[in-house]
Amino acid sequence: MLNSYSIRKFKNKAAYVLCLCCVVIAVVPLASILFEVIARGASQLSIQFLTSNGLEGGIGPAIQGTLILIGLTSLIGVPIGILSGVYLAEFGDNKYASTMRTINDILTEFPSIVVGITAFSIIVIGVTGSFSPLAGAIALSFMMIPIVARTTEEALKLVLNSIREASLALGAHQWKTILRVVLPAARQGLVTGTLLAVARIAGETAPILLTILGNSYFFQGFNQPMDALPLRIFLNSRQPSPEVQAQAWGAALVLILIVLALNIVVRIATKGRFKR
Amino acid sequence: MDTTEKMKTENLNAWFGPKQALKEITLSIKANVVTAIIGPSGCGKSTFIRTLNRMHELVPEARISGQVLLDGQNIYADEVDPVQIRRRVGMVFQKPNPFPTMSIYDNVAAGLKLAGAKKGQALDEIVQKSLQQATLWDEVKDDLRKPGTSISGGQQQRLCIARALAVNPEVILMDEPCSALDPIATAKIETLIRQLAENYTVVIVTHNMQQAARVSDFTAFFYLGKLIEYGETNALFENPKSELTEKYITGKFG
Ligand SMILES: Nc1ncnc2c1ncn2[C@@H]1O[C@H](COP(=O)(O)OP(=O)(O)O)[C@@H](O)[C@H]1O
Ligand SMILES: [Mg+2]
Repeated sequence: MLNSYSIRKFKNKAAYVLCLCCVVIAVVPLASILFEVIARGASQLSIQFLTSNGLEGGIGPAIQGTLILIGLTSLIGVPIGILSGVYLAEFGDNKYASTMRTINDILTEFPSIVVGITAFSIIVIGVTGSFSPLAGAIALSFMMIPIVARTTEEALKLVLNSIREASLALGAHQWKTILRVVLPAARQGLVTGTLLAVARIAGETAPILLTILGNSYFFQGFNQPMDALPLRIFLNSRQPSPEVQAQAWGAALVLILIVLALNIVVRIATKGRFKR
Repeated sequence: MDTTEKMKTENLNAWFGPKQALKEITLSIKANVVTAIIGPSGCGKSTFIRTLNRMHELVPEARISGQVLLDGQNIYADEVDPVQIRRRVGMVFQKPNPFPTMSIYDNVAAGLKLAGAKKGQALDEIVQKSLQQATLWDEVKDDLRKPGTSISGGQQQRLCIARALAVNPEVILMDEPCSALDPIATAKIETLIRQLAENYTVVIVTHNMQQAARVSDFTAFFYLGKLIEYGETNALFENPKSELTEKYITGKFG
């Protein structure tokens, strides 16, 4: 007999199964990408592959270039992003801030190829006159800043107002309160935001395609073309030679591993003494 | 009781945007005694004590008119730095709010460190003395490096009191400091408040009339943003002059 209880039970079950199906649909492609990259890339890994230059069939310059790009971009993007986030969260109660917030949101969704072509025409052609890591890092900071700013703002808003008041009531200046009380309390959020942004820019191809160009050799200076892993994956995968294509898979695996390793290292290094 | 005046408000009005929360409050707060502020919820008690250390103006669109005198000096005068006022007039909040990222030690030292103090024996001594004054030292002396949030609610509130004492204020404002605590923790804090009055001027907001009667020397009764009655606590409770006060303390409304 179908009473209302068993109907409800059935609906519950159905909703549960539906959710489960969706999770599977979401996870399967992800897992298969990972599987594919490991299956095809792992066989490539060797000291020689990781350390020699492009002419010798290695991806050393690309690894080095990606690390330089991550470092340089973070150097530009993290301070600017965090300070913007602080402004939005702590002083953002006016119309300038809400305009800034909107622009920031648009920038987050900005097509990266547009960032690339803009950096190309302004920096590569206009300022430095050459493809360079600097141009690449500036283009990538354009992508990083909005992400860091947004996540910083969200993280700071989660810090209880009573903590700010406690500090101000002790006679601390506002900037000291932000620096020594609010930012530390939001540390986990800031780290997560920064890592998210790093993961995003580490894999970006379009902005660096037009700014660092690619290079078979190791780093040659801040005003010279440089290599990077996404670029190497893109360029090599379009080559007819199966060996060169296989290198692209190896580079893909290394890129994933670098982002993963960075995540783990940064999380351990910035772990607070206290849980929240 | 005859004591000198520590703070005084004169024709003090306070607003949140268009809403007026305090109306023409003229009230004298005497030195080294406990003054209780009582009144029904929403009558402006919190607003009032937050005007005494210039915390009120931190709320967007909040403003005041009138004067607040500290040792005869108007704390709202143009040349006065609110930061200096807040060091002289400390505050303990309704809910214990130790800094979550700091140890017990660092919580107590926070005010001095934020003002630029360096680590060292002098700081250690101040931390110990403040914790002793807040009657918390014996309970935490072996756990100074543990998080400030790892102790019980009552201990956290005494930690917040120690934190306020460490910057050596002259006046301590307390906004319903026991409302989040159990009766035993409340009793401890009440005893502590009595002790503090020997060295500090204490203003405590409470909606608990028994508490006001137990801890305070003077009591001010607020209603709808106005000061209705002020006097020695015993007199006010035993022999209220205003009918409103009488209704409130006999529980006819509130
Ligand atoms: N941040 C605020 N913004 C607007 N109105 C407020 C704010 N804080 C308090 N008020 C109003 O001011 C009046 C007094 O509040 P408050 O001082 O908190 O009362 P009490 O502490 O006696 O309960 C109340 O009517 C309250 O609604
Ligand atoms: Mg209140």
